[in-house]
Amino acid sequence: MTAVSEAATSSAMRTREATVRRFAVTDMVFRTATRLSAMLVLVLLGGVAISLVAGSWEALSKFGFSFLTTESWNPVTENFGALAPIYGTIVTSAIAILIAVPIGIGIAVFLTELCPRPLRRPIGIAVELLAGIPSIIYGIWGLFVFAPFLQTTVQPFIIWLFKGIPGLDSLFAGPPYGIGLLTSSLILAIMVLPFITSITKDVFDTVPAVLKESAYGIGCTTWEVTRRVTIPYTRVGIMGGVMLGLGRALGETMAVTFVIGNAHRISASLFAPGTTISATIANEFTEADGNLYTSSLVSLGLILFIITFIILALARYMLLRIDSRTGA
Amino acid sequence: MSTAQSLHQSRKRKNGVMMTLCVVAAGIGLAWLALILGALLYKGLSGVSLSVFTEMTPPPGDAGGLLNAIYGSIVMTIIGIFVGTPIGVLAGTYMAEYGRFSKLTTVVRFINDILLSAPSIIIGLFVYELMVRPMGHFSAIAGAVALSILVIPVVVRTTEDMLNLVPNALREAGTAIGAPRWVVIRSVAYRAALSGIVTGILLAIARISGETAPLLFTALNNQFWSSNLNAPMASLPVTIFQFALSPYEEWQQLAWTGALIITLTVLGLSIIARSLTGRREDR
Repeated sequence: MTAVSEAATSSAMRTREATVRRFAVTDMVFRTATRLSAMLVLVLLGGVAISLVAGSWEALSKFGFSFLTTESWNPVTENFGALAPIYGTIVTSAIAILIAVPIGIGIAVFLTELCPRPLRRPIGIAVELLAGIPSIIYGIWGLFVFAPFLQTTVQPFIIWLFKGIPGLDSLFAGPPYGIGLLTSSLILAIMVLPFITSITKDVFDTVPAVLKESAYGIGCTTWEVTRRVTIPYTRVGIMGGVMLGLGRALGETMAVTFVIGNAHRISASLFAPGTTISATIANEFTEADGNLYTSSLVSLGLILFIITFIILALARYMLLRIDSRTGA
Repeated sequence: MSTAQSLHQSRKRKNGVMMTLCVVAAGIGLAWLALILGALLYKGLSGVSLSVFTEMTPPPGDAGGLLNAIYGSIVMTIIGIFVGTPIGVLAGTYMAEYGRFSKLTTVVRFINDILLSAPSIIIGLFVYELMVRPMGHFSAIAGAVALSILVIPVVVRTTEDMLNLVPNALREAGTAIGAPRWVVIRSVAYRAALSGIVTGILLAIARISGETAPLLFTALNNQFWSSNLNAPMASLPVTIFQFALSPYEEWQQLAWTGALIITLTVLGLSIIARSLTGRREDR
């Protein structure tokens, strides 16, 4: 009787031990799989950096630092310089941000302070849907609807308005093509608007209600509460959102490719066609013959990668600071 | 008294002006959405017919459809999702479960957020150097890999966020009845976070189904029907790009119709994704 039960117990112990061991092994396998996947994310970014450096080596070793300061881009003589695309990228992104930031903050204030509660969610979703529309849609819309509209109405009016005013008349010099730097900037502004809005709205929501209510309590108006309490409290977060939008604008490809005109030159006028780094790559990469041409385009990609990496890292750093403050 | 009153008046006026500007800003934001959708519907709907879904992309000046482009987009999106999702979910699992407080998680989160907003054309260049150059030709599989690299950061982000929302008491209950960690993760944490993880996958599909830049020099384009993964393959966004910039009216019309199809797909996916997590956000 006892012998039988002892045997049963020991066999139960054995299966139990085996099960525990099996559990330990599967757990370790699963754990390693998750860890390797997490590391793969790092490997991806490292791989991007290494492959870009390797691909751009030929052009960078031939042109050296002058690649950054040369305006000429001549596939026939194989003389390449990145100045015009860099100029176009920075100018279009800067104008886009200048336009999108005030509007984005305005929408965020509207959503957090003014909007009737039942409308808040639908409008917030609608603005975020703008962010989901693929960039090629903005491109085709910009080329066939927006650019002709600018060409026939807005641009002639601006040219007429600033005629004869020194500085401004060369900034807005004709002829109105429709496509060009300004059109690209406007399209980019529309595209980064949802990013800036949704982040600004999120950081506005982190302001403690007590802070705002005490300001309202001493008689501040909604604008004063926004200007003196909400914005100072969330300044870092808003900057993070702006940088994130800037990162998007700098790297945006398809929409800009449609409306920028793809001209490798630097013009004073914002109405003139230009080019950006990403538009140059998108337009010319598959047609590039010769290793030096391809390598020059990859070098452009490397420059864009470095610029956006710095901007995005700054953005994340600023947003992290807001997060850790609300977490504490 | 009168100065106090005029100060009050000017403050009120300033408030009124600024708040009106905010309402105008919101109006502008919504107006763009309406303008873009309106133009898409107006120009795209007139070209929608059965032949769009049954015929191949035509040579210049001919009527035709978008069948091979739609097929290519679906194939590459599916492969991209099937490659990218498991990696993304596993990485997110590590960050939220095993390594929640490890240094690796902090670094991965930072790098992942940068990958999330990195220009997609850079990913295209990467895959070109990684696959197209060694293989010597453009291929659908390279396009799918580029798309899967775009999927990973989206899925990692949502998986981590959603797993972090699962209450620890649930995990402890699982551990208390003797379940090993990976069983707890699989049957408790994943189950509780399922709708959130699915949302992430839907958002990833929405993102890559409209991506053009990473496909331009990986999958290239193809005028004809091709189901060979080792050869260039057409896709809806690249076809739109090529057709919209062409001088032929039939091609431009097809580009608008394709644009309408993509937009409706993407908007539909994002609305479904949002309704899945909608209740959680309201809390």
